[in-house]
Amino acid sequence: MHVIIDGQRVPVSPEMTILEAAEQVGIHIPRLCVHESLTPQALCRLCVVEWEGARTLVPACVARVQDRAVIHTQSERVRRARRTILELLASTVDLSEAPELLAYAEEVGADLERFSDGERLTFPVYDDNPFYVRDYNKCVLCGRCVQACGDDMQFTYALTISGRGFHSRVDTFYHLPMPQTTCVFCGNCVAVCPTGALKAKEELLLEEGLSPEAIWQRKREEKRAWYKER
Amino acid sequence: MNTSVLLQRVGQVDPTRLEDYVAHGGFDALRRALLRRPEKVVEEVKASGLVGRGGAAFPTGVKWEAVARESRTPKYVVCNADESEPGTFKDRVLMEGDPFAVLEGMAIAAYATGASEGYIYVRGEYARAYTLLRSAVDQATQAGFLGDAILGSDFSFHVHIYRGAGAYVCGEETALFESIEGKRGQPRQKPPFPTTHGLFGQPTVINNVETLANVPPLILNGAEWFRSLGPEEAPGPKLFSVSGAVNKPGVYEATMDVTLRELIEEYAGGVRDGGKVQAVLVGGAAGTFVGPKDLDVPMSFSGLRRVGASPGSGAVMVVDERVNMWDVLLRIARFFAHESCGKCYPCRLGTQRQLEIVTRMASGALRYKDFLRLQDLHATMRDASLCGLGQTAGNAIISGLKVMGMGMSDD
Ligand SMILES: Cc1cc2nc3c(=O)[nH]c(=O)nc-3n(C[C@H](O)[C@H](O)[C@H](O)COP(=O)(O)O)c2cc1C
Ligand code: SF4
Ligand code: SF4
Repeated sequence: MHVIIDGQRVPVSPEMTILEAAEQVGIHIPRLCVHESLTPQALCRLCVVEWEGARTLVPACVARVQDRAVIHTQSERVRRARRTILELLASTVDLSEAPELLAYAEEVGADLERFSDGERLTFPVYDDNPFYVRDYNKCVLCGRCVQACGDDMQFTYALTISGRGFHSRVDTFYHLPMPQTTCVFCGNCVAVCPTGALKAKEELLLEEGLSPEAIWQRKREEKRAWYKER
Repeated sequence: MNTSVLLQRVGQVDPTRLEDYVAHGGFDALRRALLRRPEKVVEEVKASGLVGRGGAAFPTGVKWEAVARESRTPKYVVCNADESEPGTFKDRVLMEGDPFAVLEGMAIAAYATGASEGYIYVRGEYARAYTLLRSAVDQATQAGFLGDAILGSDFSFHVHIYRGAGAYVCGEETALFESIEGKRGQPRQKPPFPTTHGLFGQPTVINNVETLANVPPLILNGAEWFRSLGPEEAPGPKLFSVSGAVNKPGVYEATMDVTLRELIEEYAGGVRDGGKVQAVLVGGAAGTFVGPKDLDVPMSFSGLRRVGASPGSGAVMVVDERVNMWDVLLRIARFFAHESCGKCYPCRLGTQRQLEIVTRMASGALRYKDFLRLQDLHATMRDASLCGLGQTAGNAIISGLKVMGMGMSDD
């Protein structure tokens, strides 16, 4: 069984995804929402490829190979979609801490200012617990944190998506501050966030120039205050 | 060709009374189906050439066969009664005028595929349809046409009704399943398809109301009769919802070789106030605008393909020359931005940017840059969106511009 990817003959087994097949021969397909420890959601659509004969482009992270399928990962149709998606993202949120996305953008020749006359999503920074800070101005809505908090890792369900369409956002139930949710501060969401929207407090304070000692002192005080409050 | 199959009882029977339906031949088809082996029923539907009336035009018999082949139980039959495509109101007429026919179609589908549970997902705004269906299910269950051991056979089928809450996207089959399961109404990536992983992850037949209403007459009169109606590529009776600037807006039944001009001039009484057609939106908001020069195409797939359109749900919205097309395009852009579920990036972000750009254009600022951006949005949403909502969100805008004489070469 084999597929043809960008003109290369690639031997495959039936359960393989196009992404895995391409990886085998060193072809890297851009991707964002997919993560090795999480169920793929196929929602960012950056990994779409052209499958000859298919009506639309197909997401390589979930599409399974079929014998003799002919696939293009760099056709003009693919690059146009990828470029536009990146341009749209850049016009909506802050990608400055997502270097991989910026590299993809450069690779497909995206003009990150192209839609900058459109509405941006802006949020207050949520610094409501001693462990991590949520800055949704950097959130690309990949959904990884929600999955990690839910069925894929922690089964805690503190996080969800609220709103719809352009105004969808990651949220807590009833928009409660983190300590009042079911959150157990396991940090799984922080670990899977690809854009710096979720950040461990230590990391943030280090970035702000605080010394490790000062950070520990501050965190101790915060925790003490927090436990007292509870 | 004019037919009166789907609408034959609408307005003739009392939709609140099972006896009235039975007196007009109701449940004869179910009786007949139960005398045959389920495979034979599937074969008949396959041979009829019936394709889905919900918009995607998938062959119904092929769908049923795939579910019949699955050995995992329980299996489900889901009736898609969400009818939220703008300009589409034919399912409402069926549910309000002949609700038992929909149940009979579901029961036959269940028998043919080995399903034991049925769900009807009714558009939230359709209060009357809901009430009538509710009462129809209760009466049919009481009388032994639904429930346990139907008509003395060993076939059992229970029907549940679920009401939508107003989201267009919940008419998309997988979002509809999520909604019934109590989750956010967002589509799932396909495959897997509903025939293997549908409602509650089980093998599921999902059919549109009108598709199911086609089943009883098809079983009674046979596949050959069905095939004799209308064009070979899409036989059988079809409902068209004609609205907008016409004298007699309404639901009309014809075969799919009827032309747009016939629907507008003969069925719907022509353009109101003796006006002229500026554009016709075929297939609802997800559909395509065609111009006045293209009205003689038949409403079949091959016919409409010639003008870049497809029949979709059978909606025909007529815009006359007095209407400002920018207002129409703006409303459509607003609709998609409002209804995008927000799951995948091309549609979540693209529908918003499309709305912003169309808003600017509608206020008179026509910039070359904006035409180019609209085209990229259209291509990206069409090619890369996860579900049909995003894939069609730019259709009406781009085709509308074309009818207005502002088309771009590379659409
Ligand atoms: C955004 C969207 C909305 C839809 N809404 C409806 C609807 O309201 N009713 C319907 O029957 N099908 C709707 N569909 C199509 C369904 O996904 C599905 O194809 C259909 O229910 C299958 O039934 P059929 O084969 O009998 O047509 C919609 C699809 C999309 C993408
Ligand atoms: S916070 Fe991070 S992980 Fe969560 S959706 Fe946003 S970008 Fe993804
Ligand atoms: S295309 Fe639109 S409606 Fe469909 S999944 Fe994507 S965001 Fe949701």
